[in-house]
Amino acid sequence: MTDNNILIETKGLKKSFGQTEVLKGIDLKIKRGEVIVIIGPSGSGKSTFLRCLNLLETPTGGDIYFDGNNLMDKHTNINLHRRKMGMVFQHFNLFPHMSILKNMTLAPVKLLGFSKAQAEEKAMTLLKRVGLEDRAKSYPSQLSGGQKQRIAIVRALCMEPEVMLFDEPTSALDPEMVGEVLDVMKSLATSGMTMAVVTHEMGFAREVGDRVLFMDEGVIMEQGTPDEIFNHPQNPRTQSFLSKVL
Amino acid sequence: MNGLKEKIIQNLIAENRWKLFLNGLGITLEVTFFAVLIGIVLGFIIAIIRSSSKYTFKSATANLIMRVLDFICRVYLTVIRGTPVLVQLMIMYFVIFASSSNKVLAAVLSFGLNSAAYVAEIIRSGIMSIDGGQLEAGRSLGFNYASTMVYVIIPQAFKNVLPALANEFIVLLKETSVSAMIGLSDLTYGANLIRSRTYEAFFPLIFLALIYLVMVMLFSWLVSKLERRLRNSDR
Repeated sequence: MTDNNILIETKGLKKSFGQTEVLKGIDLKIKRGEVIVIIGPSGSGKSTFLRCLNLLETPTGGDIYFDGNNLMDKHTNINLHRRKMGMVFQHFNLFPHMSILKNMTLAPVKLLGFSKAQAEEKAMTLLKRVGLEDRAKSYPSQLSGGQKQRIAIVRALCMEPEVMLFDEPTSALDPEMVGEVLDVMKSLATSGMTMAVVTHEMGFAREVGDRVLFMDEGVIMEQGTPDEIFNHPQNPRTQSFLSKVL
Repeated sequence: MNGLKEKIIQNLIAENRWKLFLNGLGITLEVTFFAVLIGIVLGFIIAIIRSSSKYTFKSATANLIMRVLDFICRVYLTVIRGTPVLVQLMIMYFVIFASSSNKVLAAVLSFGLNSAAYVAEIIRSGIMSIDGGQLEAGRSLGFNYASTMVYVIIPQAFKNVLPALANEFIVLLKETSVSAMIGLSDLTYGANLIRSRTYEAFFPLIFLALIYLVMVMLFSWLVSKLERRLRNSDR
């Protein structure tokens, strides 16, 4: 790894589930501070690709470099790198048996050695940023979907990650709650966070993305700036997909 | 009315017969307590091994060890659940403990090892009931598999299976009554002894049943309190 500006690089990343090849060799470089938005039809492999980046799915081939470390190397301790890769899931996956504050402070206290007070102070600052400081003592079951997802985002941010991975963060939300989550993601992008976002929100992709990838059938069919992808798509598959969703 | 009073006195008070109940109660509680302890600890270990065996660890050695442990656990469950607890108790005392006469230890081990098999399956069902996203969320924050189990999965699983677990321990408490078969002087043994002395079955046995009933009711009450506390997060 020579280019210090590249945070994540995948080389020939492949993933098969049994006989089905879901990813057919993906090469991608994500620069620090870049916001990558991955779009594409269901079953195109975009979620699988994102989940491979922090090895929630184990790739069947290829390499992943994060901050210069090959995550596919047997001797790499993936747990250490995952701390720096925040992940937000479609179904929030908050810990239902813990209060919001506990959800947010568990990992910093147990893994980063923060004191409880330090971690709580940081958590409260982040809660204020997303306007949920009054819910610190609540439990996840008491929150709306949009609130849960905002908490999931700040829970990941408590670990001070270098990149945030979003796996369809608004797909499980009621329509009126999508906006509040996208707003948090927008402000995160503005603050310079490196982000990889799998989404069906074309408006978000157009407005916030630095680069948009169109994936289909396990490959990146086309990539470019939002303007290039949305206004002048070259690949017929991209054109047909966009004509259906826009 | 006078006859009733006389019989109660004869069966429970004369010749300090209540002491048979009291000492028996002590033994029953002792056996149950330590058997529950073994059941929980061993049951948890088996449940975690069994539910982790499908998980692919990074090192091949770890995978091999897990598979061997899983096999041992499955054999254990098959044998323990496939034979009556009374038979296990008799084998433990008359075969394995043949050269010793420690009836309490034999009973504790038998009931503990037996209960562990059932506890293991109860806990495993609890672990399986937790959404896979919970494990992923824990792992994505940087927790290793074991820590995710400890902080995220097990507490939720435990809460879900608490009623089934309480049921298992109620069964265990009552089941210890068969240890009279190896001559352990537990509660049931004491009542039976009185029956054979006074030639009166009604009072000793009804009183015996009452003691078990009260113990179970007390235990159920404690569990429901615990359950309510754990349900805090579900409002």
